[in-house]
Amino acid sequence: MNLKRLYQETILSHNKSPKNFRVLDDCTHEAHGKNPLCGDDFFVYVKVEGNKIADIGFQGQGCAISKASASLMTHYIKGKSLDVVEKMKNCFIESITQEDCSDECKETLGPLFLFEGVRDYPVRVKCAALIWRALESALSTESINKEVSTE
Amino acid sequence: MTSLPLYSTELKKDFPVLQQTMNGKPLIYLDNAATTQKPQAVIDAMTSFYQDSYATVHRGVYRLGHESTAIYDAVRKQVSRFINADSEKEIVYVKGTTEAINLVANSFAGEFLQAGDEILVSEIEHHANFVPWQQVAKRNGLVFRTIPVNDVGELDMTAYESMLSPKTKLVAIGHVSNALGTIHPVKEVVKKAHSVGAKVLIDGAQSVAHMKVDVQDLDCDFYAFSGHKLLGPTGIGVLYAKKELLEAMPPYMLGGDMIETVGLTETTFAPIPEKFEAGTPAFVEVIGLSAAISYIEKIGLEAIEAIEANLLAIATEKLSKIDGLKIIGTAKNKAAVISFVLDNIHPHDIGTILDEYGIAIRAGHHCAQPAMTRYCVPATARASFSFYNTESDIDKLVSGIHAVVEMFA
Repeated sequence: MNLKRLYQETILSHNKSPKNFRVLDDCTHEAHGKNPLCGDDFFVYVKVEGNKIADIGFQGQGCAISKASASLMTHYIKGKSLDVVEKMKNCFIESITQEDCSDECKETLGPLFLFEGVRDYPVRVKCAALIWRALESALSTESINKEVSTE
Repeated sequence: MTSLPLYSTELKKDFPVLQQTMNGKPLIYLDNAATTQKPQAVIDAMTSFYQDSYATVHRGVYRLGHESTAIYDAVRKQVSRFINADSEKEIVYVKGTTEAINLVANSFAGEFLQAGDEILVSEIEHHANFVPWQQVAKRNGLVFRTIPVNDVGELDMTAYESMLSPKTKLVAIGHVSNALGTIHPVKEVVKKAHSVGAKVLIDGAQSVAHMKVDVQDLDCDFYAFSGHKLLGPTGIGVLYAKKELLEAMPPYMLGGDMIETVGLTETTFAPIPEKFEAGTPAFVEVIGLSAAISYIEKIGLEAIEAIEANLLAIATEKLSKIDGLKIIGTAKNKAAVISFVLDNIHPHDIGTILDEYGIAIRAGHHCAQPAMTRYCVPATARASFSFYNTESDIDKLVSGIHAVVEMFA
């Protein structure tokens, strides 16, 4: 059953106990990501130091896919340089939308590749992508409260 | 509680879509509030019209065109009888409920209401009966107010009465709430609105397929519904309006078929209802609508009401027994729509997992975001029934939900 590929143990456990599920009072960037159709609604808070993600947190509510994606993203990009994070974002989007994801892409993503099962559920792709889009929006500007939607 | 009549199981056979499997399981279709499946009779009526009789209406001098026109106009009489309108001139064909409401928002509210006049809608309306009023109010300096509902999803009639005043010019209310299933006391709403001189529009999208509607008994000024929620095709719906209102209102769309004479500087319009039907109409869909109404009348709305009331009672009882499941909307007077949430499991996940078991339910805000805000939920899962659903469908839904709960345990 495909369902098991979508709702893998890792995803279910990150949904239940998400990492970095907190507000960063000293963040340098933040954004609001919404998926109006299903009601996913998250804020992402990023603290950039030099060229690195020094700290990151998120808050809000949403389905298991969107929440686990947020938890895993924050977990794996913390400490990485902005260039690497940009590459990971592009690879992540590729992995959940395209059939033949390159080996290089798989390697870049590491454990984050586990969301590829979402590809079989077109309406859920935007759930997995939401937090990455919010991150993109947060990093694109210094301004606070930027709204982003995956609809 | 009595078990369902066999009748309902038999009726499922009339719907080709329901004979298929989904992910290797028999398809259990429980999204009837979004749209209903089509019986073979509707599919056949449209196919045979395309094959044997197709020609446009109100134009050709040739025989095929005459026949099309005759059928098209005859269906107007059938629709008028179906909702007990006083005359077929009060039946305007539109694309669907949304277009009907937009027509009234523009040609009635936009035209006749003055700055400071008030429009009342319930706070759990579908966006189609919410946004057009909110926006026309913004454009024209009208006051847009929402009537509160109580915790179980019933309209607060005391609050409603206190909001009514000579400033109230229009009340827009769903007959049945698509998000919660509440059947609103529309006859009483109309009576109270009329006592201050306000007109009333009833959004009948969720009612016409499920209960007998009599617009003269309700005394409503406008009644709107869609063909596709009534076993008919998409792209066809009906706006009923009292004759004097339709006569006073300016046309909503301009073009062919709605004119009388066109000069270089002036145009006179066709009489009602054609005045509101610009362009080549969806007449094949009208044929489909006719077949749908005939099919429903053959079963009988009383029988449909009985079957669906039974389904609602059984489903409510069985779903209530699931640990962590909460039904949103438990009004005394309800149609067979059950909105629910599960502790710590998002509705979207419920929908995806049930789909794997061949069960189609809706997950989301049901185009009623203000209703979700009212009940402090981002979204709900919704099972909505039709007479072709069976007790076995409910049992499969219940075991599907148990599988969801288990997965997230």
